[in-house]
Amino acid sequence: MVKSMDDRIAGLIVNVILLLFGIASVFPLLYVLSVSVTPFSEVLKNGGFILIPKSITFDAYRKLLMESAMPRAFAVTVIVTVAGTLLNIAITVLTAYPLSRKQLPGRSIFLLMVIFTLLFSGGMIPTYLVVKSLGLLNSIWSMILPNLVWSFNVLIMKSFYENLPEELFESARIDGAKEFHILWRLVVPLSVPVTLTVGLFYAVGHWNEYFQAIMYVTNRTLFPLQVIVREILIQTQQPLENSENITPTATMQMASVIMASLPIIIVYPFLQKHFTKGMLLGAVKG
Amino acid sequence: MTEKMVRNIWRFKALYLMLLPGCLYYIVFKYIPMYGAIIAFKDFNMSAGIWSSPWASPWNKHFVTFFHSPYFSQLLTNTFLISAYKLVFGMLPPVIMALLLNECRVKWFKGVIQTLTYMPHFLSWVIIYGIMLALLSQSSGLLNQWIKEAGGQAIPFLTSTTYFRSILVGSEIWQNLGWGAIIYLAAMAGIDPSLYEAARVDGAGRLRMIWHITLPGIRSVIIMLLILNLGHILDAGFEQIYILYNIQVYSVADILDTWVFRTGLQQLNFSLASAVGLFKSVIGIILVFSSNQIAKRWGEGIW
Repeated sequence: MVKSMDDRIAGLIVNVILLLFGIASVFPLLYVLSVSVTPFSEVLKNGGFILIPKSITFDAYRKLLMESAMPRAFAVTVIVTVAGTLLNIAITVLTAYPLSRKQLPGRSIFLLMVIFTLLFSGGMIPTYLVVKSLGLLNSIWSMILPNLVWSFNVLIMKSFYENLPEELFESARIDGAKEFHILWRLVVPLSVPVTLTVGLFYAVGHWNEYFQAIMYVTNRTLFPLQVIVREILIQTQQPLENSENITPTATMQMASVIMASLPIIIVYPFLQKHFTKGMLLGAVKG
Repeated sequence: MTEKMVRNIWRFKALYLMLLPGCLYYIVFKYIPMYGAIIAFKDFNMSAGIWSSPWASPWNKHFVTFFHSPYFSQLLTNTFLISAYKLVFGMLPPVIMALLLNECRVKWFKGVIQTLTYMPHFLSWVIIYGIMLALLSQSSGLLNQWIKEAGGQAIPFLTSTTYFRSILVGSEIWQNLGWGAIIYLAAMAGIDPSLYEAARVDGAGRLRMIWHITLPGIRSVIIMLLILNLGHILDAGFEQIYILYNIQVYSVADILDTWVFRTGLQQLNFSLASAVGLFKSVIGIILVFSSNQIAKRWGEGIW
């Protein structure tokens, strides 16, 4: 089909607007990056930060790595993310699989138990009291256990398992395979993509975790990344002194932002399609 | 009969065993707190614990305290207004984004734009707060530098009651522009291509096709999402607001959740905070239920 002139112009306009949206999405982060590597001499020369500095320095990053709580917070967050995500996935699979088996007596009661928590919660204070009475305050577990299973993810996995062909289970059962065997050898290998998607949601949740930490953790050595970054961010700006080798507060702040978001930004483009799929799986449920 | 039932249950013992850890989690971290919410009707003290703390007298003391406090109308207004603004102003941008992506014919370009615009969804609010400092802070923010260069006065965007709500709404739109479009894109992919063919034969241009085919095709999804979001109108964005706000903007930014957090966990007024939390949860479940009912009924009318 021959494209008309109007169609071409329309296509061009569409692409230009899309480009603007794309720029709007990344420009702020690029600017943060630029501030984080701007040497103080440039700031003095230009009377402030500019988009593209003439020279760059990694002083702020070096200072953060050597003299701040960032490395430790990084370690805490990595531990919570790895251990937490593995536990999340294990328990979510173990919960979702039985719920997908329609013959299971009492299935609807268990299902209701899962779904009801999406509608109603006891609230943050009673939850805090439970965590406290279990002696979990100021431990890594307080950032993992209170949100161990997301009902939403259970429902996503359950509906995926339900769509596996029934004959598969029947033939396995004729072989005399036990349920754990069926789950491990048959169901898990068949559901790698959806498990990955769900795991990614959990992992991002852990990486970005802020609230559980400020609720349950007061011991500074256990503060995760987001808490430390926020602490760095609310430091008031020192007046700029006239010394060449000082690192301005803003530069330190932006370096901490880049450090905390870098892992996500690096990993995310490769996994984007799994995230998108998860979003749609969820939407179909909702 | 019962023996048969027991045997039936025994047959599924492996599945029940699998359910055990999940059940334990739900009971300990979800259902015990629901029981714990009764401290809203007690004068809780830490040493006595939930069970032995004395009942409040009268039973609704903490609720009455809250309803008569000056916070009540302020918190409710803030919660409602912030949510409503987000709903109204946040609805259109993802739809527009989806329409544009749907019209984009250059496949690789479309992919790049999708990757770029979905990205902010995965940034934490702490990171977004940092980004906003870089752009909006009064002393060194980019925007204020431009304003100063143009001869204007620096504006304290992040600490000004005038701008704070707009900043909440704006940053949420920025975060969800691309991600929110995914669901509309999926709905558009489900539109029968023969409709477009027919329209093309009739000589319809792109705009006409968007107006008469694409938009009607996703109308039901738009309305459905709107109804479902109405059910969550009391969730104005706890994490976002807590991380972004400061004492100068409490009067326009303090919502039920942030107040509960400060009153309970910082001032240790557990019973009062629980009462407000419970108040929110109860209204919340009513809203979610009604909106789901409306969505269902409305959905049946369509399909």
